[in-house]
Amino acid sequence: MIRFDDVTFFHAGATEPVLAGVDLHVPEGELCLVTGRTGAGKSTLLGAVNGLVPRFTGGTLHGRVTVDGQATEDHAPQEFAELVGVVGQDPLAGFVTDTVEDELAYGMEQLGMAPEVMRKRVEETLDLLGIAELRRRALRTLSGGQQQRVAIGAVLTAHPKVLVLDEPTSALDPTAAEDVLAAIIRLVHDLGTTVLVAEHRVERVLQYADRLVHLDGEGRIRHGEPAALIADSDLAPPVVRLGRLAGWEPLPLSVRDARRKAADLRARLDGLEPSAATAGPGEVRLSARRVTVAYGQTLAVRSVDLELRAGQVLALMGRNGSGKSSLLWALQGSGPRRSGTVDVGGTDPGNASAKGARALVGLVPQTAGDLIYLDTVDAECKQGDGESEVAPGTCRALLDALAPGIPGDRHPRDLSEGQKLALVLAVQLSSAPDVVLLDEPTRGLDYHAKRRFTETVRAQAAAGRAVVVATHDVEFVAGAADRVVVMAEGEIVADGPTAEVVVSSPAFAPQVAKVLTPQKWLTVEQVAAALGREAETL
Amino acid sequence: MKLSDHWPPLPRTVHPGAWWLWSLGLATAASRTTNPILLVMILAVCGFVVVRRRGDAPWALAFRMYLYLGAFIVTMRVVFRIVFGGGQGDIILFTLPEIPLPEWAAGIRLFGAVAVEQLLGGFYDGLRLATMVVCVGAANALANPKRMLKALPGALYELGTAVVVALTVAPQLVESVLRVRRARRLRAGGQKGLRALRGILIPVLEDALNRSLALAAAMASRGYGRTGRVPRGTRLLTGTLVVTGLLGVCAGLYGVMDASTPRYMGAPMLAAGLVVATVGFVIGGRRVSRSRYRPDRWRPGEFAVVASGLAAGALMYLTTRVDPANLYPSLNPLTWPEVGLLPAVAILLGVLPAWLAPPPEPTREPGPVAGIPRQDAEPADRSIPQTARKQP
Repeated sequence: MIRFDDVTFFHAGATEPVLAGVDLHVPEGELCLVTGRTGAGKSTLLGAVNGLVPRFTGGTLHGRVTVDGQATEDHAPQEFAELVGVVGQDPLAGFVTDTVEDELAYGMEQLGMAPEVMRKRVEETLDLLGIAELRRRALRTLSGGQQQRVAIGAVLTAHPKVLVLDEPTSALDPTAAEDVLAAIIRLVHDLGTTVLVAEHRVERVLQYADRLVHLDGEGRIRHGEPAALIADSDLAPPVVRLGRLAGWEPLPLSVRDARRKAADLRARLDGLEPSAATAGPGEVRLSARRVTVAYGQTLAVRSVDLELRAGQVLALMGRNGSGKSSLLWALQGSGPRRSGTVDVGGTDPGNASAKGARALVGLVPQTAGDLIYLDTVDAECKQGDGESEVAPGTCRALLDALAPGIPGDRHPRDLSEGQKLALVLAVQLSSAPDVVLLDEPTRGLDYHAKRRFTETVRAQAAAGRAVVVATHDVEFVAGAADRVVVMAEGEIVADGPTAEVVVSSPAFAPQVAKVLTPQKWLTVEQVAAALGREAETL
Repeated sequence: MKLSDHWPPLPRTVHPGAWWLWSLGLATAASRTTNPILLVMILAVCGFVVVRRRGDAPWALAFRMYLYLGAFIVTMRVVFRIVFGGGQGDIILFTLPEIPLPEWAAGIRLFGAVAVEQLLGGFYDGLRLATMVVCVGAANALANPKRMLKALPGALYELGTAVVVALTVAPQLVESVLRVRRARRLRAGGQKGLRALRGILIPVLEDALNRSLALAAAMASRGYGRTGRVPRGTRLLTGTLVVTGLLGVCAGLYGVMDASTPRYMGAPMLAAGLVVATVGFVIGGRRVSRSRYRPDRWRPGEFAVVASGLAAGALMYLTTRVDPANLYPSLNPLTWPEVGLLPAVAILLGVLPAWLAPPPEPTREPGPVAGIPRQDAEPADRSIPQTARKQP
């Protein structure tokens, strides 16, 4: 169905190719998962399928890409509309109309379909994706998972033979991601759609994939059966790494496969305890009492009490829109707070000046890029020193500790996601706050960047800071957090040590916990340590 | 056909054009009078119809903004009369100290005596303008402004889409400015003026650029701008026809307005230009291989709405011819405004759509989930861990 013949792609002015001699054939009806580290060319590969690369992005493409016999060199992306459906990472950015029903019909209107056909297909698609009750809703009022399903529905109405999805679940909470994936699986099974999907969170999709395409970062690809290819992949999800540790053959791809094989591993681990990651929590760094945040009539945070202690990493979880960001902004003092008190070392950051609040509590917002606006990394660091009134070079030294080797003359926009996060964190840490709040920092990070970031977070806690990370990423939480707080509807519904809170939850349990439940293991590293093995090689 | 087939009207979307014509009729009525009683009646009619027939979509909630804008207009008019227009009228309410102005500013007065007539004049004037603004606001609340653009002829489709996209971008831009400003506070950058502006402008522009590129890519991959199999010659022909025709229309309009231009440059030119442009639009419309999903149709409900609005406007216009006395209440001598029968009836006709127009369809399907703001609440309940709340 999709065929790449010796495809090589250069960005405009680049000397290194993004794709080098790629040969790939995806047969009809397959679900093909594309993996690779950040910047390895996943989006380029996906964009080339309907000709957006190079027609929209610029650059030169050698070789030939065909879909169902139609080549991208002969036809504009518009002519692929009834053949290839493309769904991006941020569904809101791709919406053209403003209600669900209009959005579903938009593509068909462009193709000039008969009104009766359109009417029928809109109804079918609404049912297929389970969004019938949303039909008249305004798109902006939907939750993230609903928006993503509408975006998929909007391309499906044209009955494309191929569906291309670029990180469809990366912004979603675990439950919403499950809903979206269930919808995709249904398309593959019921309609025989060929699906090409790129995803950082390999653990979410791997078990459903018929084929794995791995980009090695130098433009070459490897592809084949997922079980065979993942065996030596550096992007293996926890369940695969657990399988390697236990020596299971063939390697399990899903929690269910692993659980069926795990009886003897559970027996070996019986009586062992996960080693405590850190010493007990230190003194209270921040204490919030009855914090309430309201936007007009909407209550975002309802009378929340929270204490943050030195040396502790707290993960703040909960579905999209449950009040996590509002709480972080209120704690930092820059966001609105209707009532309640926040106390950091005797001062309320809400009453302090912007500078004062920054010295008490550092916050890295969800769109970290909002904080960067200068031309070079060095200029940003210098600006950071000035803002924090510290000795010149402090910010740069912090940055080198977090992510060594970033050239000072590099433009911040050219940094990888992980480096950009490190830069923003360094700028915020330069005022030496005792409390650090991070809002969705792991978005867009691959496994390696995430592992580095876990170390960074632990190091901050070890230095006596209180760290809060709001995130949907259960695997990251399992590796980094001491304590988990779950929010729903603006209230705290669960608060306790990580193992206690996540193991019992069907949505928030990491893969290792699901495999080894009722034992309270969270990460492969813990299991490896208990068995006296080195986890780094897994 | 029985009346019971049409009564009471069943929920459906009304053609946006119908609401716009209705509101223009009321606005015309408002423009014909400064009588505050009549104007307040028009405001009441607008408000009543909006409350009865608007949906719960975001644009429907903007009506309040138009009311605020109206109040602002009235206040400004009155304040301006106090600041600048002093001295006209006999009944002085109070006297403010006058600021003497140099000779060359003769004819302008700052502050001074404030008369009742002068305040009322400003109030009447402002109220008339405010009422017209609120009429437009009512149309905006009752009809999705974007659906109106969908009713454009096929040849103008691209233009319509561009406007729709621009309308979407504006609120997003405001959103990202607010977001970036909030983020700037986190860095506590003490810069003022240009440098602070740069800190906001660059992230916002980058955001806007990324968004528009993403949107363009999404639209292209969904088939926007397909030329299909139209021969190049046809495209060239329609383009030439439309541009030539519109140029002709411009020249013709100029000829009609300006008495000194030769005769043939006037009406004949205008007509010829219109014909050429129309031919271009028709040929261009034919090449467009697009269709419309559930287009709005003109049905009895729409005609009733339009008729009531236009009747209000027309009757008011008639009043200016037969009985104009009460439409502009006298300020000198000051009299209590009175209302004639004809204008009152005219305005009351405008309220009929509150019953005659079909009500909007509810945004949410009726059922057990109605009223719960988040419909995905049910599956997400699973995600709440069972552990009791504990303090570590």
